Amino acid sequence: MTDVLSGLLLGAGFGFVLERAGLGNPNKLTGQFRLTDWSVLKVMFTAIVFASVGLMILEQFGLVDAGSLFVPPAFLGAAALGGALVGAGFAIGGYCPGTSVVGLMSGRIDAAIFLLGLLLGTVLFAGLYPDIEFLTTLGEYAKADALPDAFNISSLSINIGMVIAAVGVFVLGSWMESRSKGPVGSQV
Amino acid sequence: MVENIKLDQPAPYMNPLLAGILLGMVLLATFVVMGHGLGATGFTTRLAAWIGMHIAPVATTANDYFGGMVEEGRPLHAWITWQVVGVAIGALLSAFLAKRIRIQLDGKTFLGGSKRPMTALFGGILAGFGARVAAGCTSGLGLSGAAVLSLAGFTFLATFFAVGLLASRFLKEEK
Repeated sequence: MTDVLSGLLLGAGFGFVLERAGLGNPNKLTGQFRLTDWSVLKVMFTAIVFASVGLMILEQFGLVDAGSLFVPPAFLGAAALGGALVGAGFAIGGYCPGTSVVGLMSGRIDAAIFLLGLLLGTVLFAGLYPDIEFLTTLGEYAKADALPDAFNISSLSINIGMVIAAVGVFVLGSWMESRSKGPVGSQV
Repeated sequence: MVENIKLDQPAPYMNPLLAGILLGMVLLATFVVMGHGLGATGFTTRLAAWIGMHIAPVATTANDYFGGMVEEGRPLHAWITWQVVGVAIGALLSAFLAKRIRIQLDGKTFLGGSKRPMTALFGGILAGFGARVAAGCTSGLGLSGAAVLSLAGFTFLATFFAVGLLASRFLKEEK
């Protein structure tokens, strides 16, 4: 498959599902942080568990080579700081980078402004870069990049734990949704 | 009559479990085909470099972060560009089919009222800067990084949700 075709098709699937789930709607997205709408965690956690279990099974059958998969390096301080900034940006701006593209395509002007901010933030980072380069390699954990190696647990055990945690997210989330105004709908 | 009115209404959002499984399938397929997951800021970073290349070529080429990307003059020449174009097409198709396309300044109720353009811009700046520190965003590092059980992915998600919960307390709902 050529890069163009695979990028367009896989990206289209990604964008289509995000929009279907309502994850281009800033009220719904930030409802996760107000704890009134748990769609973000429910969708994300399900997708993570599905993909993780799927990769484990495909590896067993020799259809995927675990060693060739990209695992982000364990610069945990950088990941924590970046996660904090993206989380704050999400709570204040109403989107994360990917979902702002989805919001824009459904006609949201605020998503276009968020995307403009995203570009400005990137330029700001690049402008300061030589001086803040150290931030991107903060807190390296040298021993391992992934949970199985770091804690010496099998992928199977971790995946079982994640399935249980995902069920917990659905139970807790649905309970909290039922006690508040609940998930944001598509109708205004 | 009632049915006619209903047809013009936007369709309800998909059940999150079903959406999560479908998203998991797309993510898994991406790993199988490409060896890596889905992303977003890989593209916006390249787009920023591309814009810089056109409006401030000297500064962009000299910049330590953008320089390497514009070296060959084609910063957008990457798989992630096509993937994000795909995201836009898929989202547009879904929104169109569900009658959810509406030109609006959304999010005023919860995100600053009349100051909504400012919250959108400031949030975008924070997210754009943060994604460069972490070398990934919610999709690239959170979603895709957690799917390969990476420590960086889970660390990102932990602070993402913790700080998001905190920051959201400072925004008041407008009646």
